[in-house]
Amino acid sequence: MTEKNMKPDAKEALKRYAELVARLTPKSKLGQGCLRAFWVGGCICVLGQALTDIGTAWLQLTASSAASFASITLVFLTALLTGVGVFDRIARYAGAGTVVPITGFANAMASPAMEFKPEGWVLGTGARLFTIAGPVLVYGVSASVILGVLYYFIRW
Amino acid sequence: MPLHRAGDHTIIFPNRPRIVESASVVGPKEGRGPHADGFDLVLEDALFGQESYEQAEHAMFQEACERCLKKAGIEKERVQALLGGDLLNQIMAASLAARELSIPFLGLYGACSTMAESLILGSMLVDGGYASPVLCAAGSHYCTAERQYRFPLEYGNQRTPAAQWTVTATGACLLSEDGPALARITHATVGQVIDMGVRDANNMGAAMASAAADTLIRHFLDTGRKPGHYDRVITGDLGQVGADILHELMAERGYPLQEGQYMDCGLSIFRKEDDVHAGASGCGCSASILSAAILPRLKSGAWRRVLFMATGALLSPTISQQGETIPGVAHAVALEGGKD
Repeated sequence: MTEKNMKPDAKEALKRYAELVARLTPKSKLGQGCLRAFWVGGCICVLGQALTDIGTAWLQLTASSAASFASITLVFLTALLTGVGVFDRIARYAGAGTVVPITGFANAMASPAMEFKPEGWVLGTGARLFTIAGPVLVYGVSASVILGVLYYFIRW
Repeated sequence: MPLHRAGDHTIIFPNRPRIVESASVVGPKEGRGPHADGFDLVLEDALFGQESYEQAEHAMFQEACERCLKKAGIEKERVQALLGGDLLNQIMAASLAARELSIPFLGLYGACSTMAESLILGSMLVDGGYASPVLCAAGSHYCTAERQYRFPLEYGNQRTPAAQWTVTATGACLLSEDGPALARITHATVGQVIDMGVRDANNMGAAMASAAADTLIRHFLDTGRKPGHYDRVITGDLGQVGADILHELMAERGYPLQEGQYMDCGLSIFRKEDDVHAGASGCGCSASILSAAILPRLKSGAWRRVLFMATGALLSPTISQQGETIPGVAHAVALEGGKD
């Protein structure tokens, strides 16, 4: 809509409607959301730490290999739970608790891979695999390049 | 030639076209709802034995049309027009169904207002003597709408409290100039596209409520009627937020909708525990409830007069991402019990 060309009373009507919508639209439950994200996200992190410790103590991995082992295991578990249709239910409950850890990324890759399979391996799964994770990669990689260049010149 | 009109926006159908039969096909979740007994077929699986959900949506559309014709005892070769649409891009569910049915086809898109749009145009064809019988249908599928408008099904995200759940359902009605009627169509008010600047694609009730109020008020002004003239004023899929806004707008303009006289299909198709936030949406919502709950009551005489108004948010993900606001539209159809 071109608000510029509007008459003042039409603008006023839009403003009043926006107020009505804001008043009657229920708000997300912030406290409840934070609490759920905290405990589920916390449990995922505890699991990740446990996997890292198992890696170093039992599997004799180096610290960085143990971290990779933990990440790979969490990604696998998420992809499995996504595949059997359980992960979205956990995520609906936990919100940021599952999105922020690496589980969110794994789910963002696994779900389009499944979703777009009917359109074929190339134009379906292949082309649309990164529909959700793509922006994270683009801006994540771009930010790390910029920070890397800055770090090269500004060392302390 | 005199125009069959009342006021600027309302059409009068002098011959009162008949809805002679209807049918509905719904998904498993809808089939557990309060109107479970009214649906003709409840699917056990939302894939309906097909390769993809898009094909399932097409098969449901076709099934609803075929069941409607079977119940009416009419061969599909006798049907002179099929009017309908769905939410898929390029209304492919309806188009594929029309290919299989081989009925002359007029594809419609009015987002979730499609069922009322098809009834209005179908009534014009019948009343004007251009076609009879005419099949009107509309459908939607949760799994195809999610991927088209939002995210992959298995993607884990939270919905906002104002978000609505697209129903997996198709409804079809057969219109005719003669025969025993479930209901008769007396008036129709074609809505204008109204946009009050709502940008939140997760609050479609708010985007549609202003269009709903506009069409209702024009209908009452044109016909000189009040909301109380109808046993029920029924909106398509405003959901809780849209219905609350509509109540306020109508009261403000002097046509308050009384409790117990107003119904929203989007608030009646699912159970409370189904976790659908603000309610249901989708073309199939009003279409299936019309067939499962509204027409049976008009037939039995439990309701004598009903104003059926399907509401649509004319939303496209592309245009929304470009920052455009969401236009809404609502079309109203006045139905009377078929007994007289």
